[in-house]
Amino acid sequence: MTTGLTAEAATGSGDERLMVEALGIHKSYGSLEVLKGVDLRVRPGEVTCLLGPSGSGKSTLLRCLNHLERVDAGTVRIDGDLVGYRVKGEKVYELPKHEVAHQRRGVGMVFQRFNLFPHMTVLQNVIEAPTRVLRQPKAEARERARELLAQVGLADKASAYPLQLSGGQQQRVAIARALAMQPKLMLFDEPTSALDPELVGEVLDVMRRLAAGGMTMVVVTHEIGFAREVGDTVVFMDGGVVVEEGTPADVLGRPQHERTRSFLSKVL
Amino acid sequence: MTAATPSRTPTAATGPGALKAVPVRHYGQWVAGAVCVALLALLVRAVATNETIQWDVIGSRIFFDAILDGLVTTIWLTVASMVLGVVGGVVVAVMRLSDNLLLRSISGAFVWLFRGTPVLVQILIWFNLALFFPQLGFGSLSVSTNDLITPFTAALLALALNEAAYMSEIVRGGILAVDSGQREAAEALGMTGGLVLRRIVLPQAMKVIIPPTGNELVTLLKTTSLVAVIGAGDLLTQAQAVGATDFTRLEMLIVASIWYLVLTTIASAGQALLERRFLRGSAHAKGRSSVLRRIATDLRPGRNHDAGAIAAPVPPSEERGAR
Ligand SMILES: Nc1ncnc2c1ncn2[C@@H]1O[C@H](COP(=O)(O)OP(=O)(O)OP(=O)(O)O)[C@@H](O)[C@H]1O
Ligand SMILES: [Mg+2]
Repeated sequence: MTTGLTAEAATGSGDERLMVEALGIHKSYGSLEVLKGVDLRVRPGEVTCLLGPSGSGKSTLLRCLNHLERVDAGTVRIDGDLVGYRVKGEKVYELPKHEVAHQRRGVGMVFQRFNLFPHMTVLQNVIEAPTRVLRQPKAEARERARELLAQVGLADKASAYPLQLSGGQQQRVAIARALAMQPKLMLFDEPTSALDPELVGEVLDVMRRLAAGGMTMVVVTHEIGFAREVGDTVVFMDGGVVVEEGTPADVLGRPQHERTRSFLSKVL
Repeated sequence: MTAATPSRTPTAATGPGALKAVPVRHYGQWVAGAVCVALLALLVRAVATNETIQWDVIGSRIFFDAILDGLVTTIWLTVASMVLGVVGGVVVAVMRLSDNLLLRSISGAFVWLFRGTPVLVQILIWFNLALFFPQLGFGSLSVSTNDLITPFTAALLALALNEAAYMSEIVRGGILAVDSGQREAAEALGMTGGLVLRRIVLPQAMKVIIPPTGNELVTLLKTTSLVAVIGAGDLLTQAQAVGATDFTRLEMLIVASIWYLVLTTIASAGQALLERRFLRGSAHAKGRSSVLRRIATDLRPGRNHDAGAIAAPVPPSEERGAR
């Protein structure tokens, strides 16, 4: 993304600064080891697309990034800050819940099943966290929410309830809701997988514009076309490890591993 | 159903109107109905012609001062116990669902104890508290238990704690019924536990909590009569007191029953109203095809402009703008 790279250059932090730096992530559910030492690095303004078969641990990795899931081993840093823990001297301390919540403010997340709050209108969904968490004045939050809704093409839906909207509209509201917190990183977990085919485009279009605006994004997706066009990096996971990563042209065009090839042959 | 099958022959296939099915006849229902009506008639006759029941006494005492006093006490006891029970129930439910082992254990023990013993026994224990603890408090701040625990406060304590135990299970069920994705989405937005509970989880849990809570209220209304054993001044206490003075026990019990029926009828009507309102609130569902939604749609009054926009299958572009 040219825009993204420009944004990065503007900060002047160079190659050293990473938005996401996850190292040696291990995660098990009972005896099932879902992540077996995963590394993930995302530079500011970059779009990283996470691909892989079902059960390979993509969602789990994403959830570890904002500490919705606790890692068993390894570290996650978002914009340099250790997620979920604090190092003091020799020791590592687990952060109390309210501090973890505080860290999550900077990371937006969009879910496969939208997870809008059904008892609130679209506008209320969008202003809920800014007013309650950031304590923005209501009028200001509303104004900003309307701008965001306009940006995702839903200016006329502010007073509708989520269940009155189509899946594509709901997902665009969910994106606006996450953006209202002015995050520096956006996580997407298969944002279009629950949508009817004709609605996929409108959501991908919003994401494309977001990427063009310089947002750092980690996107779990099966939309190979989107990964090829918008992704700066494609990471292919299988069985709890990163099998292959690189530019879309390399990973999608010239996959080096047999597992990547067989996966791509199925989804393409 | 079987009657319709033979007529579905080629000769009858002259269009949908030609299919004349004989509805299934429910003979058993008629027989049972007749038996019930006969039994009921006998019962009414036995009661109405019973010369020992003084019907005029019932009529004249229904608005007795003592009875009305008891009525007020019963209502007050019910409302106070219910309010305390709901608040306590939410607290206990949240404790039971917390990550903290201590809170979980305490709340678990609370529910185990107060649901596991008869409420009548609990009433008697609170009333006789002075036998175990003559003084309550510490040092110079202590008061005589008998001053603090009147029959009314003993009744209130027993009923409220018991109700809190039952309500906590209802609230817990409601909280667990909320999709886990809701909590997750709220947490991902940086909302803290308390905020998630108050703003996201509890409002959605209400759907599940309200109907059984209405039943609890009706049950509680009747359960308050148990406090008559400690003479807490409720409707039954008063009715029995009046009845004991002049051999009108049965009449006064009927007076009390009439009032209980009035109260439970009002409570049930209120519950129905609340559920209806509540369903309307949750009927914003477009794709939700549940029976509840259909009921809600039927009940929705036409003058409600808000609901109108929701019920009609308007295309997205016709929606009203922001309020
Ligand atoms: N909370 C949980 N408890 C137990 N097992 C879990 C839990 N969450 C995920 N798993 C298991 O972990 C494995 C990886 O799950 P994950 O959701 O990360 O996969 P995924 O790559 O996102 O797959 P999909 O494409 O189907 O979403 C799966 O086998 C899943 O059953
Ligand atoms: Mg997944």
